Amino acid sequence: MCGLQRRTTVVFLFGCRPLLLRSGADMGRYFHSEVDIKSPWHQVLVAFWQRYPNPHSAHVLTEDVLYREVTPSNHLLSRKLMTKTNRLPGWAERIFPTHMARAVYILEDSIVDPQTNTFITKTWNLNHNTLMTVVERCLFQEDICRPSWTKLRREAWIFSNVYGLARPIQEFGLARFKSNQTKAMRGLEFALTRIQTEAPPHFHNDQEEPPDKHKPLPPQTTPTSSQTPRQCV
Amino acid sequence: MNSVGEACTDLKRDYDQCFNRWFAEKFLKGDRSGDPCTETFRKYQLCVQKAIKEKDIPVDGVEFMGPNKDKPES
Repeated sequence: MCGLQRRTTVVFLFGCRPLLLRSGADMGRYFHSEVDIKSPWHQVLVAFWQRYPNPHSAHVLTEDVLYREVTPSNHLLSRKLMTKTNRLPGWAERIFPTHMARAVYILEDSIVDPQTNTFITKTWNLNHNTLMTVVERCLFQEDICRPSWTKLRREAWIFSNVYGLARPIQEFGLARFKSNQTKAMRGLEFALTRIQTEAPPHFHNDQEEPPDKHKPLPPQTTPTSSQTPRQCV
Repeated sequence: MNSVGEACTDLKRDYDQCFNRWFAEKFLKGDRSGDPCTETFRKYQLCVQKAIKEKDIPVDGVEFMGPNKDKPES
């Protein structure tokens, strides 16, 4: 779990007595899900890099790559910065009015390993941490039992340091995370559909061969997510 | 998709197109012949890093894979 640092901060609210913020014993909320995506792993990755914008990502305002490197072991490391809207429930807006003024800055670091067909992402917020921190880890792996499918394991740790309000803040954070991950899956499916249905003029020109080795053609062209048993039959 | 630096969106688009092509056509196919996007990335970064400083976005010194350092699973 993420370590919580001991600190005490005094916050003066309008016309209210000061709130004392200090580390609490609450270890936060944990979320995990496993989803089967009906598209091959390499195609999921191509879609992942192109998923913004999509009809479900209005809350994502900007997206930038800050760093990319191919390591000697042929792993692709990436760092992305995103800004997202900061939507709080009414009761939180009244208590933390300054937090409404700024968007949330989010880093997404990732590692692609084409040797093992695994892709790990780690995403967390850079600001608003005095209110709440959300760390998400995703693992995309080729389904070894069904190579035209991809398994996605998603985990999140949601915690707040606000004394006396950590639990409702974490509950709100968990609810918002669940809503966002539904949008994220729909956004990924949108990008997958777009990639699978459009002609690929982007990916080759007169000098290059058209793609052939990685031509993914699962029986159905529409990607879907579903919960299915994990054992190989 | 917009860049955090309003002036950088076109440069971002150029880089993204180059990267997406290289990723699908080269990297995923095991072609290690080099990175054709170095120059577009350099121009894009000049712009976006300036915007990050102007907006005081706290990205400096943040460890890769951040909280609870992660390693790829085998």
